[in-house]
Amino acid sequence: MAVSAQQFCTFCIDRQYFAVPVQSVQEVIRYQEMTRVPLVPAVIRGLINLRGQIVVAYDLRRRLGYPDWAEAQKPMNVVVRADGETVSLLVDEIGDVIEVDESCAEQPPETLRAEMRELVQGVYKQKDQLLLVLDTERTVTGAALECK
Amino acid sequence: MDVGLLDKLMNLVGELVLARNQIVQYMQKVDDHSLVVASQRLNLITTELQEGVMKTRMQPIGNIWSKFPRTVRDLAMSCGKQVRIEMDGKETELDKTIVEAIKDPLTHLVRNAVDHGIELPEKRAAAGKSVEGLLHLRAYHEGGQVNIEISDDGAGLDIEKIRKKAQQRGLLRPEQASVLTEREAANLIFLPGLSTAEKVSSVSGRGVGMDVVKTNIEKIGGTVDVQSKPGQGTTVRMKIPLTLAIIPALIVTSGEDRYAIPQVSLLELVRLEGEHARKGIEMLSGAPVHRLRGELLPLVYLKRELNNGAGDAFELKSAAEHRETASVNIVVLQAEDRQFGLVVDEINDTEEIVVKPLSKQMKSIDTFAGATIMGDGCVALILDVMGLAQRANVVGENRERAGSAREAATTSKGNEKCAMLLLQCGDEGRMAMELSLVARLEEFKADSIETAGEQQVVQYRGEIMPLVRVSEVLRLGRHSEAQDRSGMTQVVVYSKDGRRVGLVVDRILDIVEESVALQQPGKREGLFGSAVIQQRVTDLLDVHSLIRTAIPDFFESQLAREER
Repeated sequence: MAVSAQQFCTFCIDRQYFAVPVQSVQEVIRYQEMTRVPLVPAVIRGLINLRGQIVVAYDLRRRLGYPDWAEAQKPMNVVVRADGETVSLLVDEIGDVIEVDESCAEQPPETLRAEMRELVQGVYKQKDQLLLVLDTERTVTGAALECK
Repeated sequence: MDVGLLDKLMNLVGELVLARNQIVQYMQKVDDHSLVVASQRLNLITTELQEGVMKTRMQPIGNIWSKFPRTVRDLAMSCGKQVRIEMDGKETELDKTIVEAIKDPLTHLVRNAVDHGIELPEKRAAAGKSVEGLLHLRAYHEGGQVNIEISDDGAGLDIEKIRKKAQQRGLLRPEQASVLTEREAANLIFLPGLSTAEKVSSVSGRGVGMDVVKTNIEKIGGTVDVQSKPGQGTTVRMKIPLTLAIIPALIVTSGEDRYAIPQVSLLELVRLEGEHARKGIEMLSGAPVHRLRGELLPLVYLKRELNNGAGDAFELKSAAEHRETASVNIVVLQAEDRQFGLVVDEINDTEEIVVKPLSKQMKSIDTFAGATIMGDGCVALILDVMGLAQRANVVGENRERAGSAREAATTSKGNEKCAMLLLQCGDEGRMAMELSLVARLEEFKADSIETAGEQQVVQYRGEIMPLVRVSEVLRLGRHSEAQDRSGMTQVVVYSKDGRRVGLVVDRILDIVEESVALQQPGKREGLFGSAVIQQRVTDLLDVHSLIRTAIPDFFESQLAREER
């Protein structure tokens, strides 16, 4: 049924598959040079120049409580529209755009890490893996981003 | 034309410029003649296009002024006044966003001038002025800024009333009010909650307008100032930047990052080399300063300010670094009325930068005014000089001027050390006053004290200086006459604008530098309260109110002289 199916853009962080609704994704680009921003929470990795538009890059590893990337590892940018602005989410690798049936959705389990539970909207059971769907709005707002 | 469309065009041109820059950079490696020629043409056309699009954003200020004759006519009619409006410099051009931003403040000022400034016809006739009031709007370019003046030939501001109102509202303490210059007092009208209008009308008198005008003008990087002459009128003068979109900026490097500093707050660049680099920076108990032409310039290290919490580690490093580095780069900046030196690793160049706003999440950090894209495509942050100064505590927390800044000077003895003069008045009275208020310490022979009218005076430097006996004013009980006759009378000379007054005390005890915490505030006229200095309870003298108690017209007459 077309009504209950939804399209997601998938990406992976530390071998775990995540996804955001494809409607919220503007584009996906490879690693960009970033300008560090002092005095902001560590989750904000820096500013990137997206064809003349300045976009804030959020480190999803830090946001979700994973260890940082190794020096040589260059994160990819998933550029999404959230909270009325264009922002970039830094992830390990980009996956496919997939169609998922609503019927295989479940609430995230209570045992999930607190940082994750805050952002994960739902868990979609796939054949060979589990897909964690993130709430894009919440990734760029919330307590972890309060500036001092 | 639609502003949204213009903004879009502007952005597209910005992108085109960046693409051009990349091609030009790439061309340096290419050996194809016709391609090089084509890229040069692209280069030229892009530059021209950029200039052209910038120009489309410029608008004559006349566009907003054109509504004013009607506003003034309608308003004048409803107030029963006759007002003529004159405009100069209608063709002065400003960026479209700025024109939009100053529209409401300007309208407010014009309405104000008609409603409060210009008097009723009969009043004007009685004052010997023409029945018809004149409202004059003037705009002109000056040094990369636009000046806008709104002047009326009305009654002028009632400075005394403003002072009184400000005191009533608790915006100003009496002793502050007495030392304000007329111009400072006039600028009190920009404080929130101050209105001198007797009755609230549909037009004005709510005490909100002027502070909103000021905030709006400051929001776009402008300044506003008011001058007034009683009976002759009021002039409000604004200085507005030409454009918000593109500003000249100085690019500096700190660590590996580049930052842009808006040129408007830049005063000068100082580079200390070799011996000067080692000796030019002195420490005032941990606070670095530099002597710039004899004046102390507080220094702020950009690296330390941006180092987010790792301040201590940096401090050690910086001290060591000083000894090693051959040179120190200081950018001298102006934040409000203070100057400070920003120490950066490298000073690169000046550049015209395109200002882009920061995203919502980063707006709360007032150290940055925005971001820009550099020629090589990288992003650089634009420093907000005012925010940086506040972060580094170069200026006070409070942005409001007039009242609060003065307050900080007189009462914030809590944290900072200040030099105090310790005195003895009466038998037991231990007192202290700020050393900065002391002009000189003098001794007079008891028989040189004469009496003029009721006032004890002494001849001092060819002038007659009135004497105020501190212990008498504070009613500490009369000190023994014998002490006076036997020796010399100790006098602390206070001077203000060429007028002097001598404060007679029994003994000068000491000068101490201590942080004074006021513990028992003001129980008596002439005293701020008590504090512990050198482990002893000491009364803090409020010199201004003391003098006013003894010689009520000391400050007043000085005011009157200014008016003349």
